[in-house]
Amino acid sequence: MRHLLSIADLSKAQALSILDTATELARVSDGAVKKLPTLRGKTIVNLFAEDSTRTRISFEAAAKRLSADVINFSSKGSSASKGESLKDTALTLQAMGADAVVIRHGASGAPARLASSEWMHGSVINAGDGTHEHPSQALLDAFTIRKHLSKGAPDLAGLRVAIVGDVLHSRVARSNVLLLNLLGASVVIVAPPTLLPVGIESWPVSVSYDFDAAIGAVDVVMMLRVQQERMNDLFYPNAREYSRYFGLTSQRLKLMNAPAIIMHPGPMNRGLEIAAEVADSARSVIVEQVANGVSVRMAILYVLLAGQSLKEGGS
Amino acid sequence: MSTHRYLLKGAALPDGSKADVLIAHGCIEKIDLNLIDAHATLIDVTGSVLLPGLVDLHTHLREPGREDAETVLSGSRSGAKGGFTALSAMANTSPVADNAGVVEQVFRLGQEAGLLDVFPIGAVTQGLKGQALSEIGAMADSIARVRVFSDDGNCVFDPLVMRRALEYIKKFDGVIAQHAQEPRLTVGSQMNEGSVSSILGLKGWPAIAEEAIIARDVLLTDHVKSRLHICHVTTAGGVEIIRWAKARGINVTAEVTPHHLLLTDELARSYDPIFKVNPPLRSEKDVMALREALAEGVIDIVATDHAPHSLESKECEWQEASFGMLGLETALSIVQKTMVDTRLIGWAQVADRLSTAPARIAGYQGQGRNLQIGAKANLTVINPSATWVVDKDLVASNSRNTPFHGYELPGVVTHTFFNGIATLCDGLLHSNGEIA
Repeated sequence: MRHLLSIADLSKAQALSILDTATELARVSDGAVKKLPTLRGKTIVNLFAEDSTRTRISFEAAAKRLSADVINFSSKGSSASKGESLKDTALTLQAMGADAVVIRHGASGAPARLASSEWMHGSVINAGDGTHEHPSQALLDAFTIRKHLSKGAPDLAGLRVAIVGDVLHSRVARSNVLLLNLLGASVVIVAPPTLLPVGIESWPVSVSYDFDAAIGAVDVVMMLRVQQERMNDLFYPNAREYSRYFGLTSQRLKLMNAPAIIMHPGPMNRGLEIAAEVADSARSVIVEQVANGVSVRMAILYVLLAGQSLKEGGS
Repeated sequence: MSTHRYLLKGAALPDGSKADVLIAHGCIEKIDLNLIDAHATLIDVTGSVLLPGLVDLHTHLREPGREDAETVLSGSRSGAKGGFTALSAMANTSPVADNAGVVEQVFRLGQEAGLLDVFPIGAVTQGLKGQALSEIGAMADSIARVRVFSDDGNCVFDPLVMRRALEYIKKFDGVIAQHAQEPRLTVGSQMNEGSVSSILGLKGWPAIAEEAIIARDVLLTDHVKSRLHICHVTTAGGVEIIRWAKARGINVTAEVTPHHLLLTDELARSYDPIFKVNPPLRSEKDVMALREALAEGVIDIVATDHAPHSLESKECEWQEASFGMLGLETALSIVQKTMVDTRLIGWAQVADRLSTAPARIAGYQGQGRNLQIGAKANLTVINPSATWVVDKDLVASNSRNTPFHGYELPGVVTHTFFNGIATLCDGLLHSNGEIA
């Protein structure tokens, strides 16, 4: 594995090896000395052409715990905002000797363009591209689900997951659908018809417009962030109506299965797609997702740059 | 008139018959078996097919304004290399060809290049803005004698503007070539809306955005009894509407591009914007419907929509990239591959779809004539049994944005004759018709 661009590029074995490596690395994060020397001398560039504090610091923490040198290259105040092309940015990073580029970009496919071009030779890690994919988020979500619900199984076979909200514009949803399916879980998409892509019939999911009907039948409720400005594009009449049909309210919380968990990739709109008391409830694993994010991103860097997985009893 | 004399030996005519053809004084002087001419340059074309010179109804030559991407001269060279003897220069230049001055400039540049006829297309509306009619009459009466009007790149969206344009051009026996794209349904659209776009997270471009405008405009055309041409049809649904309109006797013609006869939206999976084009590549089902429609004649012609772009406008993210791909140098090979080698049509129909019919639609004098004695010698020779590999670095265009780089294609255009002078000979461009 050289790049991580899309979950579609992963085999089940590769996905599980990242999760297993993350489990091992999580122990390091729990220890007194949080650092491993594995990536000493490697240079990792965080190329963030779109605002994202949480994903960037998560990757930064992951890289530093593996002793890599980290350079943050954000569009605010850097050349990308001055209109430098992706190509010139890539050539610059290549000249600086970047071993890996973690890229967040507003254009779907920008990481794939970097990886397939001759512009740079390092590994490319997709940290979210437009409305395409966010593979590290899906991996950390799977890691979190496995920890809570797999009962010791290596994969997610038999688990049922609802992904709720703006699937049309969600890179988190696209990566999660692929990975959950790869790991044996079944997925139901719950959204207003306006926020589903044409072509979703080809996805390995079922679709429901009825959150109340779907919520009682799943083990995981994964809420997606809703952009307030979508209202202006006629996707739904107003925030209250959205919340009434597709928000995870206190009333809906009562319809959930006993052991079911609540997830959200953040940042949340409290009161819109998720009620504040639900987000803070005992079923919510949202804060834990953030912590797991560092371990999973360490595992991704480890597998891509050290060229191996870290299994129990292994190196 | 030219003093160039060429004797083409052993040509297969579009109807399949064999003959020798003597070109002299700019015309086809003789067609017969076993011709001999001591003064003519002898060209053995045994095994090749002789077609009337190809006529493109949809070409972007970029001059004036973006001469880095293409000029009238470089586009003419590209056309001659592809077997064309006439191009139609789209109006979306800078400044826009919405007045007599610009169309006459382009027309004159075409004559100076001298490799083929360059017929300017005039904008329907001022600045392609879709609001006020451009100086249609002045362009029609200019030395460029414009008869085809199009805002290509933009749809003439306002139904009242379209109605008025359709009515007004009747005075000049003109035709409106409509770029059918409902703008509200395609805000920010990047590729065909369907299962591939849903996976790639690229904003969808629904087929209905094209079909809704085609439907509206055939009805408008019927109502005001004018003449409509639909640019680059890409959807099976669009074909159905045109079929219905023709059956009803509405005066509508339609074109398909070579790339829409071959490529599908699956190619967007690479995120390589070389495959980004307006209208977008569609599904396999649409491709098959387009081929069938072209064979039937529901779609009348193949037009290239040759759209040169500078390197930097394609070396970037998909959504930042420009729409469009080169077409002139690969058009005939793509038609052979998709239509002839699949036995959907024969060479006689190729002659119709790429020469006779487009010349008739646009009213181009001296172009698209059947191969007959006395006709202007605008001719193309293709060797259908030879193959070639497309190399973007070897194109005659100023730009390199061919989606077919690396493709092995059937059919090598070996010779092009424009008004009796060889502009392409054994695959080599000639600016003055001299054969080395």
